[in-house]
Amino acid sequence: MKIEVRGINKTFGAFTALKDIDLSVESGELVALLGPSGSGKTTLLRIIAGLEFPDRGAVLFDGEDATQRKARERRVGFVFQHYALFRHMTVFDNVAFGLRVRPRRERPSEAEIRRRVNELLRLVQLDWLADRLPAQLSGGQRQRVALARALAVEPQVLLLDEPFGSLDAKVRQELRRWLRRLHDEIHITSIFVTHDQEEALEVADRVVVMNRGRIEQAGTPEEVYNHPATPFVCDFLGNVNLFRGRVEGGKAIIGNVALDLPEDGAPDAAPAVVYVRPHQFDIDERPQGRNHFRARVKHINTAGPVVKLELATEWGDAVHVEMSHERFRALQLARDVEVFISPREMRVFPDSTA
Amino acid sequence: MTLKERSILPGFGLTMGFTLFYLSLIVLLPLSALVIKATALTWSEFWAIATTPRALASYRLSFGASLVGATINAAFGLLVAWVLVRYDFPGRRLFDAMIDLPFALPTAVSGIALTAIYSSNGWIGRHLAPLGIKIAYTPLGVVVALTFIGLPFVVRTVQPVLEDFDREVEEAAASLGASRWQTFARVILPTLAPAILTGFALAFARAIGEYGSVIFISGNMPMRTEITPLLIVTKLEQFDYAGATAIAIVLLLASFALLLLINLLQWRFSDRHRTVWRAMR
Repeated sequence: MKIEVRGINKTFGAFTALKDIDLSVESGELVALLGPSGSGKTTLLRIIAGLEFPDRGAVLFDGEDATQRKARERRVGFVFQHYALFRHMTVFDNVAFGLRVRPRRERPSEAEIRRRVNELLRLVQLDWLADRLPAQLSGGQRQRVALARALAVEPQVLLLDEPFGSLDAKVRQELRRWLRRLHDEIHITSIFVTHDQEEALEVADRVVVMNRGRIEQAGTPEEVYNHPATPFVCDFLGNVNLFRGRVEGGKAIIGNVALDLPEDGAPDAAPAVVYVRPHQFDIDERPQGRNHFRARVKHINTAGPVVKLELATEWGDAVHVEMSHERFRALQLARDVEVFISPREMRVFPDSTA
Repeated sequence: MTLKERSILPGFGLTMGFTLFYLSLIVLLPLSALVIKATALTWSEFWAIATTPRALASYRLSFGASLVGATINAAFGLLVAWVLVRYDFPGRRLFDAMIDLPFALPTAVSGIALTAIYSSNGWIGRHLAPLGIKIAYTPLGVVVALTFIGLPFVVRTVQPVLEDFDREVEEAAASLGASRWQTFARVILPTLAPAILTGFALAFARAIGEYGSVIFISGNMPMRTEITPLLIVTKLEQFDYAGATAIAIVLLLASFALLLLINLLQWRFSDRHRTVWRAMR
């Protein structure tokens, strides 16, 4: 089912949670709402679910206005951050709940309920735990019960609030991939909220980056990562080095060097911020071309798939650089060695703080 | 017993010893004195005293009115706890503090106050009398008094559980298509049931033993509005100690049996998952 959100505004007292939000999610898409806490992503999710109502604006399901529909009439599966399982019911009864509360004439027979619940429990690989109570399950298992429970009512939309937020790193990765596979299997329109950029980039078809109640950028993971539309997106998605300087005559002036600008630069003769990701630097012992500046190696970390360096520029800024182990060995870098670094790619935005 | 299990707070022997000693001193000793006193009677004498029509009528009233009072308190106590926890309104703290007043008030004072209000020329009784409803000096009056003194129990046991109740669980039920009533009956009520049952048991136990507030409003007519504790006091005033203890023992055993039953029920509700867990390991 296609979901459209039009001009949503929501305030809680003096706090503006959402401001003029427009978003559309295509049928069968898996979309991540990504942002720091307080960015309004959960509020938006709850408004789509009908657990919260907007002050202004509309929510459309397949072009039909659903803004005034109550949560129970929306046929939306909602998975809560803290699972919200019914703790006095077994896993089986939790999953069967949505079917058993249906009005008598729509309710499937008990045998049919049994068949469907068992099928769902197999789907989330928990059929062997059907008789346990939620208190006896691990976090990851509870999460999957919550998911099976939400899917039991055959929702047209699946909404997940920080689905992996309270799990440890390893289980999180596993469940993340599992969710992606599950989505590829059942193709239900899904939106999940997360503050973890890695999670959003890895799982989603499309990432919607939110900040302070607004959408900063919406696009595929490649788009938002490689072509961030705003400084916030650039900063929020992964590590990034930030240089403050000026744009002058088509060049970015940082400290005492002038770098060639990419085509989509900031306005001329104005303060600017230059963002360069750690892996977008070249390092050499001798100057190469013109786009370089001098820096001194301060710290080396070789544990991990890439070598991480911390350098200090001539004018004192710290720069984080990542390089392959091969390149690191070829350069024979050590602490306090002086090198020349040049950004291969960069993003330049007008400096709004200057 | 899990003596071998290491715990950060040791001292099972000491604490268990103290618990047994304390229970014996405070509870078991006086109760056994009661039993010993009653042994002055032969079994047939005991049976004759304990089953006189007057005593039987008093049991019926005491247990019946206590059950009705505790049931009323279970329902309305839940409602009061709900309002106090879920809504914010001016004077909420004041209301909250008022709940405990039936605890603090000397029972005789509440008895006299209730009688003044519910007697046929009292504030409320005056309006009920033309409708043919008499409260003071009837079994109904006993129920009113026992409801009054039992109110705080259910409120105070349900309140903390309700405060801990996760609102997301209600939202989950709603998003799964449950109506408000279904959410309440299938999700909220089962979660609160152990607490409600505890409050019910406490209110019931208190009502069985209640004396001061009831004797003013009941009128104390033998066979009609005489509660068992009053019958015991009456016998004591006539220096019939053996008779008094015989009836007291009936009261004691019946109360204990009922409380045990309620506790068992409650244990089944709240400890269910723990026992399942143990059974599986």
